[in-house]
Amino acid sequence: MAKTISEINEKIKKGKAVVLTAEEMTEFVRKKGVPQAAKEIDVVTTGTFGPMCSSGMYINLGHSKPKIKLGGGSCYLNEVPAYCGFAAVDIYLGCSQVPDSDPRNTIHPGEFRYGGGHVIEDFVAGKDIKLSAKTYGTDCYPRKQLETFINIKDVNEAVLFNLRNAYQNYNVAVNLSEKVIYTYMGVLKPKIGNANYCSAGQLSPLLNDPLYKIVGIGTKIFLGGGQGFVSFQGTQHNPNVERGLNGVPKVPAGTLAVIGDLKQMSAKWLRGTSMLGYGPTLTVGIGIPIPVLDEEIARYTSVGDEEIFAPIVDYSDVYPNAKDGTLGSVSYKELKSGSIKIEGRKVPTASLSSYYKAREIAGILKNWIEKGEFLLTEKVADLPGPNRD
Amino acid sequence: MKITKNIVLKFSREIVDQPIVCKLAKVYDLSFNIIKAYVTPRQEGYLILQVSGRESDLKKGFEYLTESGVKIEPVSQDVVRNEEKCTHCGVCVGICPVGALAVDEDTRKINFYSEKCTACGLCINVCPVRAMEVRF
Repeated sequence: MAKTISEINEKIKKGKAVVLTAEEMTEFVRKKGVPQAAKEIDVVTTGTFGPMCSSGMYINLGHSKPKIKLGGGSCYLNEVPAYCGFAAVDIYLGCSQVPDSDPRNTIHPGEFRYGGGHVIEDFVAGKDIKLSAKTYGTDCYPRKQLETFINIKDVNEAVLFNLRNAYQNYNVAVNLSEKVIYTYMGVLKPKIGNANYCSAGQLSPLLNDPLYKIVGIGTKIFLGGGQGFVSFQGTQHNPNVERGLNGVPKVPAGTLAVIGDLKQMSAKWLRGTSMLGYGPTLTVGIGIPIPVLDEEIARYTSVGDEEIFAPIVDYSDVYPNAKDGTLGSVSYKELKSGSIKIEGRKVPTASLSSYYKAREIAGILKNWIEKGEFLLTEKVADLPGPNRD
Repeated sequence: MKITKNIVLKFSREIVDQPIVCKLAKVYDLSFNIIKAYVTPRQEGYLILQVSGRESDLKKGFEYLTESGVKIEPVSQDVVRNEEKCTHCGVCVGICPVGALAVDEDTRKINFYSEKCTACGLCINVCPVRAMEVRF
């Protein structure tokens, strides 16, 4: 018999909901089967903690005396340029932004020790951030310059707003060339010396809801240690890809745009990150609860690492030059074993996404729901799904 | 029984251009892996080596090095992990040449075996949150 989200919420309020992490659900279904799981389990929690470059925050700074109009001027947070083409005191900082003084890749590979992602981490941690701004004066906003320190507890609003997070599956990156390359997938040794991947696999949110039956616009989620929402499909959201019989995409597919109050979040789950020779970014913690409404959802959430496959892509030529072709595909079970076989050779694997932390996030979300601190939401609208043909 | 040791070899200006280390393999039946090398012609140099062989051969090989004027030191640069910063992602695991960083199958945490570390420093800049630090 199918359940509804409001029935599950009633159980959560009474402290009676049965919640499992996606990992535990996989185990449960293996032992007791899908029908039993659909009957007994109310919610499955997922988690992921990886570098997500299309992340950033907006702040409404509040007004100085006399007032200043940053819109049309320029503005820096700890020397990192922020975008201020809005009204007087709204600014947006992207995590991949680099200070003007950074040598970037002129001394290759650049270290990118401090960028937008690090400012976000420091700001969330409650540290004072240096703001410097220059602009033109108007009759209503006469001030032209501002140098001050801002703190998250003093600004009007601080909001994390990420354009593309929680990629549903991702490439496994290798390097076919003769020299070391420095990519957003990490340092890749020549002649397929290593293989890097970036997904929590069986714990990853959208791999547990492959056809976006549950997750949609308005879904409440764990975001950066606080509670946020799915605001829209993420940029590059591409549902029309090759999928397995279980509906799971075999290549990068769906993505999410997410939003949430930064003042509730924690620097533990928003970490400034430096990719050698590539740039700064932000490692973001996301967890999404999936109500087990029926057997179909129970089956989706029981997906295991051995049933999820990722394509192996050459980042020395195929990826940068937008060529077609992969070196085959591997399961996350193989990737997590520490090595995979490519063209008959054993290649060590490494992950950019922390499975240990993903597990912790799924556990925290489970705990919130069990204690009645987190209720589930109905989506307001669907994410675009695969075309039916 | 074969044993493995990590050592730093320091070559003075007088001997830096002489073939010394190759004899460890040729004469003393030792195998070695050069973890890091820094040589300035006609000045001085150092090598970080991972040497393995029978204990008696290692002893003879080290005596030969000392007689040849090479200074042998333990790997004294300590690489340490800042536990608060580490997110246990595992990027370092694929880069570490000696398996001093490895994934624990059960907890999925990244273990750091400092006794295996040769202080080559490859993990320092590869770590996305810069949790690996060198202490002199």
